[in-house]
Amino acid sequence: MSLRIVVCAKYVPDAIGDRHFTEDLTVDRDDVDGLLSELDEYAVEQALRIKESADAEITVVTVGPQDAEEALRKALSMGADKAIHVADDDLRGTDVMGTSLVLAKAVEKAGYDLVICGMASTDGTMGVLPALLAERLGVPQATLLSEMSVEGGVVNGRRDGDAATEWLRASLPAVVSVTDQSGEARYPSFKGIMAAKKKPVTSWDLSDLDIGAEEVGLEGAWTTVESAAECPARPVGTVVRDEGKGSKHLAAFLAERTFV
Amino acid sequence: MAEVLVFVDHTGGAVRKPTLELLTLARRIGEPVALALGDGAGDTVRTLAEHGAVRVLTHQAPEYAEYLVVPEVDALQAACAQVSPAAVLVPSSAEGKEIAARLALRIGSGVITDAVDLVAGEDGPVATQSVFAASYTTTSRVSKGTPVITVKPNSVAVEAVPAAGAVEALNVTFSAQATGTRITGRTPRVSTGRPELTEAAIVVAGGRGVNGAENFAVIEALADSLGAAVGASRAAVDAGWYPHTSQVGQTGKTVSPQLYVAAGISGAIQHRAGMQTSKTIVAINKDPEAPIFDLVDYGVVGDLFEVVPRLTEEVRARKG
Ligand SMILES: Cc1cc2nc3c(=O)[nH]c(=O)nc-3n(C[C@H](O)[C@H](O)[C@H](O)COP(=O)(O)OP(=O)(O)OC[C@H]3O[C@@H](n4cnc5c(N)ncnc54)[C@H](O)[C@@H]3O)c2cc1C
Ligand SMILES: Nc1ncnc2c1ncn2[C@@H]1O[C@H](COP(=O)(O)O)[C@@H](O)[C@H]1O
Repeated sequence: MSLRIVVCAKYVPDAIGDRHFTEDLTVDRDDVDGLLSELDEYAVEQALRIKESADAEITVVTVGPQDAEEALRKALSMGADKAIHVADDDLRGTDVMGTSLVLAKAVEKAGYDLVICGMASTDGTMGVLPALLAERLGVPQATLLSEMSVEGGVVNGRRDGDAATEWLRASLPAVVSVTDQSGEARYPSFKGIMAAKKKPVTSWDLSDLDIGAEEVGLEGAWTTVESAAECPARPVGTVVRDEGKGSKHLAAFLAERTFV
Repeated sequence: MAEVLVFVDHTGGAVRKPTLELLTLARRIGEPVALALGDGAGDTVRTLAEHGAVRVLTHQAPEYAEYLVVPEVDALQAACAQVSPAAVLVPSSAEGKEIAARLALRIGSGVITDAVDLVAGEDGPVATQSVFAASYTTTSRVSKGTPVITVKPNSVAVEAVPAAGAVEALNVTFSAQATGTRITGRTPRVSTGRPELTEAAIVVAGGRGVNGAENFAVIEALADSLGAAVGASRAAVDAGWYPHTSQVGQTGKTVSPQLYVAAGISGAIQHRAGMQTSKTIVAINKDPEAPIFDLVDYGVVGDLFEVVPRLTEEVRARKG
C-alpha cells in the first residue's frame, strides 16, 4: 500500500505586507495579502522528495479562511496530489490548542502514515503545533528536522538543537516537522500550475469533524490577548558616509555609549 | 503562598542562565519550585537555591537522554500533580516550547510561548510578547487551567536571593509515548569561547556582504575586541560561511543585546524579527538605501572591509 503523507500547511499574512490586529485582537486575515507560509513549503518539498523514490500519496491540509485555498493550490502546483480545506465561521480566533484539535481530527479522517509540518507558522511563530498534534494522535514526534529520510516504516532525521545536534529515529505513523535548512523548496512548473487546477480540494467544516463550535474560535481559546500595541518607531539615528573617518566616528559613538 | 513550578535547563548540572531568569520572574507570582531532570540534576540544587528555589524536585533516568521531549513532559506532569502550582514556567528553547505545549494540553491548560516579560495580574500572570517581527507588543494571559508560559532568554536581570532549596525526589512513571522517538546519536555543540549568542550583551553580526567564510575573521576580530558574540544573517548561513546556530532572525535566534552591530546585512524583515529589540543598533553597509539604516542609532555607509578592521583597531586602542 502506498505511503499516506499528510502535509499541514498554513495560509498566513504576507510578512512583507502590513500585518495587524482586528478590533477583537485577533490577527487580521481578511484585509491583508496572504500566502502559503514559506516555512511550510519546506514540508511540501520533503513530501515530494519522499514520493520521488517511494510509492506515496500526498494530501495537503489547511485550517483557515476561504482565501486559504490559495495556499492549497500552491502546494498542489508544487506536486501534491490532493487537498483538504477545513473552514468554518466558528473557527475565527482559534488558538493553537483549538487548531491542533481540528488538524488532529482532519488528519485522522484523511488517513495517514506520516504527517509533515513546517517548523513554525510565520505569523504565530510558536512552533508547537507539530508536538501538540503528536500528543493528540498518540504517535511519535520527530520535530525540527534539518535532514530527514523515510525507509521501511521508520523515519530518521537530524535535529540541530541549542546544546547539541541529535539524530532521531521513530516508527511510523509519526508526526515530523522540518526546518528551513532541510532543502530548498521547488518552484511550481507551468505544467504543475495547470495540473493543480484539476486536482481535488475537499472542504470540511466542524460538523464533518465532530467538533463543537464551543471547542474552538475566540470563545473556545485557552488564552486571552488583553492588548496589542504597535511598537513606536525607533528614533532616527545618525548615518555618516565613511570617507576614511567612519571607523573613528563609530568608535567615538561606542565610547559615548560606554561600550568601550 | 502559591508555588510556581520552574523547569530547569541544565547541561550535566550546570544551570543555564535563562533558568535563573525564570526563577527571578517566578518570584513575582509566588515561591519558585524547580524541577531538574537527568544526569547532574542533583548538582543544580546549589545554584537554584541561591536564586530563590524553595524546593528542588529531581529525577534521574536514562530516558531523558535517550528519547525526545515526552519523558520530560511525563516528569513535568508528575511535578504538577505534586505541587499544584499557580503557574509553570519553561525556558523558551525549541525543546522547552514543545515540552510546555504538550504539558499544557495534558493538564487542560492554555499555553503562551516566547514571553519577554511577565507580571502578576488579577486573573493570573500577564505575559508580554513581541509579535509580527517585533512591530507589535501584546499582553496575554492563560484563561483556562494552570498557566503554562515559556519565557525568552534575556527577559529580566537575574537576582540572587537565597532560599531553602530543599531537595525532593520526584516519582515519575513514563507514559507509553515516552519511548516513541529515540535519540540515536548526539554531538554536543563545541564552545567557541565567546559569549552565548542569546545571552550576550554585545553581538556583532555579518551578512552576505562579508562575502566568504574566511572573511568572517574580520567580524570575529571586532567581536573579540568588544567581548561580543558573533551572529550571522541567513544569507551568510545558507552560503555555508557561518554555522546555523549563529543565525539571527525569524528562523534563527532572537537577540536583544545592549549593542547590535550589523555588517554587510541589508535588514530584511525576517532578520529584523530577531534583533529589532536590541537597545543600541549600529550598521555598516555600503548601500545607503539598505533598510537596516531605518533601525540604527549610528550607521556608516561604507565598505565593511575598510570600516570594520579600523574600528577593531580603535576599540583595542581605547581599551588599551
Ligand atoms: C520564512 C523566512 C525566514 C527567514 N529567516 C531569516 C532569519 O532567521 N535570519 C535572516 O537573517 N534572514 C532570514 N530570512 C532571509 C531574509 O529574507 C534575507 O534574505 C536575509 O536576511 C538577507 O541576508 P543579508 O542581509 O546578509 O543579505 P542581503 O540582503 O543580500 O544583503 C547584503 C548587504 O550587504 C551589503 N554589502 C555587500 N558588500 C558589502 C561590503 N563590502 N561592505 C558593506 N556592505 C556590503 C549590501 O549592500 C547589502 O545590503 C528568512 C526568509 C524567509 C522567507
Ligand atoms: N491553520 C493551520 N493549518 C494547517 N497547518 C497548520 C496551521 N497552523 C499551523 N500549522 C502547521 O503547524 C506548523 C507549526 O505551526 P505553529 O505551531 O503555529 O508555529 C506549521 O508550520 C504548519 O505546518
